[in-house]
Amino acid sequence: MKEVVEVIAKALVDNPNQVIVAQNATEKTVHLQLTVAPEDMGKVIGKQGKIANAIRTIVKAAAVKDGRRVIVDIEQ
Amino acid sequence: MKVAEKTGKTVEEAIEACLAELNVKKEHVTIEVLEEPGKKGLFGLFGSKLAKVKVSFEDDPGNLACEFLSNLTKSMAVDANFEVFRREEHVLINITGSDLGILIGRRGDTLEAIQYITNLAVSKRLADRTRIILDVEGYRKRREDTLIKLAKRLAEKVKRTGNKIVLEPMTPQERRIIHTALQNEWKISTFSEGEEPHRRVVISLKRNASNKDVS
Repeated sequence: MKEVVEVIAKALVDNPNQVIVAQNATEKTVHLQLTVAPEDMGKVIGKQGKIANAIRTIVKAAAVKDGRRVIVDIEQ
Repeated sequence: MKVAEKTGKTVEEAIEACLAELNVKKEHVTIEVLEEPGKKGLFGLFGSKLAKVKVSFEDDPGNLACEFLSNLTKSMAVDANFEVFRREEHVLINITGSDLGILIGRRGDTLEAIQYITNLAVSKRLADRTRIILDVEGYRKRREDTLIKLAKRLAEKVKRTGNKIVLEPMTPQERRIIHTALQNEWKISTFSEGEEPHRRVVISLKRNASNKDVS
């Protein structure tokens, strides 16, 4: 799931080498924290969080087989 | 068109270096070997000659989209292939493979999200804005047929009962399918109400001066 966020974020930002995804998994949930360069924040969030929500939708789809809940947070 | 020129001990190594620089896959490039390796240099003094290759990549929307989608599906552990159809106004990419339900999602939610992100990823790398439309195993066509049938059935019900029917929220493309399906029903009028992404189609009996903002 971590890779999914990485692939998407790297394709959208100007500084792909500054894309970091930290994964924090427990039994029931997987917590993914996406960090990008400050000037790239808008490119992974979008107007009214449209891009962020699309990323969440795709990650959730990827996590269906896994069965755990996935939370994607974006941090500067 | 993007071009990379690299040298390496072998032709393969030089090609790999070019692919890494261009960040593309071998399937989408044209390779030209400029110099074969292995021959000894002048009097054998300067070591063996390196291979030199030129790799060019046609960075058209279809190729870029496939590149991104193949990375994405791989990260999702989905085995998928891509068929590209270059149309006049857009590029259609049909994704084929087995077990692709997760790429569609509930009522196509996931497919919409992937299409949206793919368009962003491609337009980021290209100046011209070609629209990319994704389909999974003909899902969109089937969905269109379903929506047309639904529209006709509900229109009959509206005619029978005289009550208006409010449909569930849909994407602009899906709403358009409903409006188009019923535009020749002279007793019926359709319009949309609410704000995105909760905009819904309303099917009602035509009245003299009611709301008619169709979109």
